[in-house]
Amino acid sequence: MNAVISSSREDASRRGWQYRLHIDAPLLVALIGVSAIGLLVLYSAGGSDMNLIGRQLLRLCIAFTTMFAVAQVTPRWLQRMTPWVFATGILLLLAVLIKGEISGGAQRWLDLYFVRFQPSEMMKLAVPMMVAWYLADAPLPPNRFQLLASSVLTIVPTLMIIKQPDLGTALLIASAGFFVLFLAGLQWRLMAILGGLAAAAAPLLWHFMHDYQRMRVMTFLNPQNDPLGAGYHTIQAEIAIGSGGLFGKGWLNGTQSQLDFLPERSTDFIFAVLSEEFGFIGITVLFTCYMVIVIRGTLIAVQAQDTFTRLLAGSLAMTFFVYVIVNTGMVTGLLPVVGVPLPMISYGGTSIVTLMAGFGILMSIQTHRKLLPT
Amino acid sequence: MIPRKLTLKDHFLEYRLFTNRVIILLVFCGLILLALFSRLFYLQVVAHEHFTTLSEDNRVKLQAIAPNRGLIYDRNGILLADNLPSYRLEITAEQVDDMSATLAALGEIIDIRETDRTRFEKLLRRKPRFEAVPLRFHLSDEEVGRFSVNRHRFPGVDIQAGLARHYPLGSLAVHALGYVGRIDENALKGLDSSNYNGTTYIGKTGIEKSYETVLHGEVGVQQVEITAQGRVLRVLQSTPPVPGRNLYLTLDSRLQDVAEKAFGDKTGTAIAIDPGNGDILALVSMPTYDPNPFVNGIEYADYKALRDDDKEPLFNRALRGQYPPGSTIKPFMGLAGLEQGITTAKSSTYCPGYFMLPGKTRKYRDWKHYGHGTVNLSSAITQSCDVYFYDLAVSMGIERIHDYLAHFGFGKLTGIDIQGELPGLLPSPEWKHARRGQAWFPGETVITGIGQGFFMATPLQLAVATATLANRGQRIRPSIIRAEQEAGSTALLPHMLQIEETLSVQDPKNWDTVINAMIDVVNSARGTARHIGIDSPYKIAGKTGTAQVYGLKQDEKYDAKLIDEKLRDHALFIAFAPADNPKIAVAVVVEHGGGGGSVAAPIARTIIDSYLQGGPT
Repeated sequence: MNAVISSSREDASRRGWQYRLHIDAPLLVALIGVSAIGLLVLYSAGGSDMNLIGRQLLRLCIAFTTMFAVAQVTPRWLQRMTPWVFATGILLLLAVLIKGEISGGAQRWLDLYFVRFQPSEMMKLAVPMMVAWYLADAPLPPNRFQLLASSVLTIVPTLMIIKQPDLGTALLIASAGFFVLFLAGLQWRLMAILGGLAAAAAPLLWHFMHDYQRMRVMTFLNPQNDPLGAGYHTIQAEIAIGSGGLFGKGWLNGTQSQLDFLPERSTDFIFAVLSEEFGFIGITVLFTCYMVIVIRGTLIAVQAQDTFTRLLAGSLAMTFFVYVIVNTGMVTGLLPVVGVPLPMISYGGTSIVTLMAGFGILMSIQTHRKLLPT
Repeated sequence: MIPRKLTLKDHFLEYRLFTNRVIILLVFCGLILLALFSRLFYLQVVAHEHFTTLSEDNRVKLQAIAPNRGLIYDRNGILLADNLPSYRLEITAEQVDDMSATLAALGEIIDIRETDRTRFEKLLRRKPRFEAVPLRFHLSDEEVGRFSVNRHRFPGVDIQAGLARHYPLGSLAVHALGYVGRIDENALKGLDSSNYNGTTYIGKTGIEKSYETVLHGEVGVQQVEITAQGRVLRVLQSTPPVPGRNLYLTLDSRLQDVAEKAFGDKTGTAIAIDPGNGDILALVSMPTYDPNPFVNGIEYADYKALRDDDKEPLFNRALRGQYPPGSTIKPFMGLAGLEQGITTAKSSTYCPGYFMLPGKTRKYRDWKHYGHGTVNLSSAITQSCDVYFYDLAVSMGIERIHDYLAHFGFGKLTGIDIQGELPGLLPSPEWKHARRGQAWFPGETVITGIGQGFFMATPLQLAVATATLANRGQRIRPSIIRAEQEAGSTALLPHMLQIEETLSVQDPKNWDTVINAMIDVVNSARGTARHIGIDSPYKIAGKTGTAQVYGLKQDEKYDAKLIDEKLRDHALFIAFAPADNPKIAVAVVVEHGGGGGSVAAPIARTIIDSYLQGGPT
C-alpha cells in the first residue's frame, strides 16, 4: 500500500488550492456565515456601539488567523505533541489553582506578564487529543482498563476546572473526553457502568457546587419561584423569544433587548436577542449554519485515515454541537443557567480562539490526507 | 506505547464501528435539535400571543441601588473618609431640541471642560435617548445655585444628587488610607461584578483597596414600573442595599499630623507602632498628596505632575521603600553576637578607624576617621563604631547573621493587614547564588555587619523589629485596622491581635546589654543622638543610622556639601520610649538627609513627645 501513496506535496498540487492552503471551504463558508450573523446581532444587543463591534471584529480576526495557522500543522506532528500539550495544560491548571488558593477567590487566569491566559481553554482541545492519542495505538473498542485510564484523563482536568469554579467549561471538557470514548466504540455495557458512576457522582457534584450554582439549578427547576431574583434572566429571555414570533420584531426593534429588560444580552443571552429580532426564521438560518459545521466536521472524521485523527475530529465536531445546545438550551429554559457563551456570536472571551483552533485541527486533518488509489 | 495484548488492529472493523457510532451520535443530535425546535416552536408560534402580551405589558424592570460606602475613622473616632453629597449635571437628549446650543449656553454658567464634553458625547451615543447622561460631576454650590436660577432655560437638563467619597483631612495619611476612583473594567477582576451594578467608586490603593469588600457593602435592587418607552413611572418594591462597614483604624490622626509636619519639606518616611499590641499609630510617607482629586478622575496634567515629581509623592515609602538599614542594625547584630556566644558584653576590640580582612589589603573604613579606640559592645553601639561590627560580622559569618536577623522579621513580609508591603532583602549566600549566580564574598559579610551592601529593610520592618526589641522578644504582627462597625450599629467588631512566636533568648541579660546601650545612644555624653535626650522627661532608647547611597573610593572622604543631594546618605533612626516601659516604637528614614543623629532623631523625638505627652489614647 505504501508504494502507491504519493508525497503530500504532489497531492496538494493535484488537488487544488484548498489542499495547498490547508483550508476546508465548506467549513470556512459556514464559519464566516455564523460570524456575520453574530456581528449583526451583537450590534443590536450592544446598543449600536461601534467600538464593541470593532473589538469583536479584532477578536474574530485573531481567531481566524489562529485557525489558519493551526491548519498548517500536520496531524502527525499534532499527535506527537499531544502528551506534552496535555501535561503542560495540567501543570498550568495546577498553577492557577494554587494561585487561586493564595488570592482566596475564583481564579481562572494565569498572568503570563505579556498576556492573560486561561489554561482551561487549552484543555478543551488537550483532553480530546490526549484521550484519542491514548486509544489510537491499541485495538478498538477499548477494554475496561483503557476505559478507566481514559476516564481518569478526562475527569482529573474536569474536576480541576470545576474547582476554579467554571462549570460550563468543565462540562464541555468532560463531554469532549466522553465523545472520544464513545466514538472509539466503548461497549454499551461499559457505558452503562460509566453512566451509573456519573449518576452516583451527581450528589457529590452538588456538594462541591457554590451557592450561586445551586441557586441556578433550583431556579431552573422553578423559575417562577423568584421572578425578580435568580429567575429573572430565564423569564425575560422566554418573553423575548416568545414575543419574537415567526419573523421577529426586526433588527434593532426588540423591545426586550433595547429597553434593557434582558440581562447579559451581549454575552450569554445573545440568543434571546436574535430570537426576538429575527424570529423562528432567523434561528433556523443560524442553526443551518451550525449544522453545516457539525455535519462537515463528522464527515471529515469519517474520511480521516487513522484512528487518532478520526476520534479527534469526531469529538471536536460533537463538542461544538454540545456547545451550541448548552447555550441555546439555557436561554430557552430547557437547561439550567450555565455560563457558556453562544459560539462565535456572544461577545468577548478567549473561548472563540480555542474554538477556531479546533476547526483548524479539523481542516488540517482533512487537507493533510494522503491520496489513496481509487 | 506497548499494546497490552498483542492483538492486531482490524482497520476495517474499527472503521465500521466508528461509522456506526457517528450515525448513532448524529441521530441523537437530531433528537436534541427536535426537542429544541419544539420548544422554540412552542414559544414563538404556539404561545406567541401570550408572550407578545407579556412583552407589551413588561413594565417592571429591575434597577440596582448602590450601597453607601463604609466610613473610615482614626482610633479616636476622627473621620478620615466620608461620603459627601455631590451634584452632577445630567442631560436627557430626547428633551433637548438643539444640543450644541444647549451646551454652549450651559458653558456660560457652568465650567464645562473639553474632557467633560468628550466623555458626554461618547456616553450620549451609547445610551438610549430617553436616558439622562451626566455632563459634569461635582458641581460647586455656586454652580448649583446659578443653574437653579436659570433652570427654565434648559429643558431636559437636570441636577442629580449622589454621594461622593471625600477625605476631609486631605493629604493626611494618604499612603495608609489610599483613595477610591471610578470603576474601570480592570478594577472588577476578581470581584463579584453583579454586586457593583450601580456603584460608581472602587478602592484603588491603600485601605480603600485592601478593604474594598468590607467597605463596599451589598447592592440592593428596586423594582420599577416603566412606560413603553422605558421611562420610570414609580418604584414598586425594593430590597435596600446593605451599606458597607465602617472601619476604625489604629492610626492616631493627631500624631500622624505632628509626624508629617515634623518632616517639613524633607523626603522620607516614619512608622510609629505600639509595641504592646502592634497598632500602627502613624504611617508617614513624605511628600504626600491630596487624594480628593482622584475620586472623580484627576486631570491628566495634575496626575502627570505627581507622577513625574522627583520626590515621588505617589510612592508609599513606609511599606514599599526598601532602604539599607545602616547602623540601625547594630543593636540586632549585637544581640545576635551575644546570643550565639561570639562576643560578650565585656570583650573589647580596638578600633583604629579601619578594618582589614586577614590577608587582604582593602580597608573597610569607620565613619570616624581616627577610630574609636578600644570599644566593647555597649560603647560600640553608643558611638556607632563600625569596626567592632565589621569584626563581629566576620566572626559570626553570613549564615548565622542571616538566620538570627530573620527572627526579627528582616527579609520577610511583616503581615500587616493592608496590601502592598515589600519584603526587603536579608542577604545570604543562597540568595546571591540563586538570584545573581555568584558566590558570596567575605567582604560582603563585613559590610552586612553595618547594614550595608545588599541588605534592605522597609521602614515598617525596622519599626516592627524595634518593637520586638522593646518587648524583649515578644513579636506582634502590626495592624492598622482596629475594628469594623456595621452601618447603623454602635458596636465595634474588633480585629484580633496577632501574636507571633516569641523570640526566646539564652540569657535575658543580653536584652539589658543591648537596650542599655541604646539608652546610652540618646542619654550618654558620647551617644550619637545625645542632643535629643538632653531635656527628655523619660528615657528614650534609640539607634542612629546612615545608609550609603553613594559608594566612596578607598581614600575618598565623604563631604555632604560636595555631593549632589540625590547621592547624599539616607538618615535613619529607630527608637522606643519610655525605655523601661515601652509605649511607642518608631522608625524614621530621611532620604538624602545625611546623618541619622542630627536629622532623623529629632523627628523621632517629636513623634514620641507628641504621643507620650499629648495624652495617649
